[in-house]
Amino acid sequence: MNVNVRQSGDVTILDLKGRITIGSGDVALRNAIHEVMNKGAQKVLINMADVSTIDSSGIGELVSAYTTATNRGAKLKLANLPAKVTDILTITQLITVFDVYDSEAEGVSSFS
Amino acid sequence: MPEEYRFHLAIGSRFENIELVQVVLRDCLERLGMEEDTRHWVDVAVREALANAIKHGNEQNPSKQVHVDLAVEEDELVIRVEDEGGGFDPAHLGDPLAPENLLRPNGRGIFYMKSFMDTIQYGSGPGGGTLVTLRKRIPGAKTDSSQDQEEGTE
Repeated sequence: MNVNVRQSGDVTILDLKGRITIGSGDVALRNAIHEVMNKGAQKVLINMADVSTIDSSGIGELVSAYTTATNRGAKLKLANLPAKVTDILTITQLITVFDVYDSEAEGVSSFS
Repeated sequence: MPEEYRFHLAIGSRFENIELVQVVLRDCLERLGMEEDTRHWVDVAVREALANAIKHGNEQNPSKQVHVDLAVEEDELVIRVEDEGGGFDPAHLGDPLAPENLLRPNGRGIFYMKSFMDTIQYGSGPGGGTLVTLRKRIPGAKTDSSQDQEEGTE
């Protein structure tokens, strides 16, 4: 999986591309979250548009990212969930935990 | 038994080897005529079984293997994943939907397997490792008897 980090105003956006699965994508996501958190990001939006597959390890990393951000007083939200990612978050009721937005613009504006 | 759908693979306990199984599995599911959505969820369930076998069963010891068998039995796709670990008791699993577990980073793999397959069954393999059997009904699949009848009319 590739992670691209960019800024939109004071919102840090992580564009994820590929598979968030055990052994590679999950580690890449963990490292990227720790990096932006260590740089002091307070508003983080994860753009999931190009995520092709996610497994329980990837879901676990999203949950860890959420709790890491929350514990540091930051906000972490999700945008552009592919249908199958929505499904997999829904069946474990995690869709109720995350703030999810249909577009990047909606996600960015939700922080203000 | 439609032998063209049957395969056996033995992989070393490395996560990257999951992709090797996925390539063969996807090809097989496509040839079985499964719909794209079903193929995706079976793919995810098998991925979870393989990840558990590598991580928990074989503890990522690359000299230990994970054995994967796929077969069509009656009208079901049957996938068996067996590790060379010390066995596993699924009775000790927590409920990932319980409020106290909702924000745990792990503990969802078997729940996903159960969600995406018709049945999953845990047992011990001949070597004492964990053997998980995943079953999914194949709509419109040729059964053994219908296959025999077709062959008989040719």
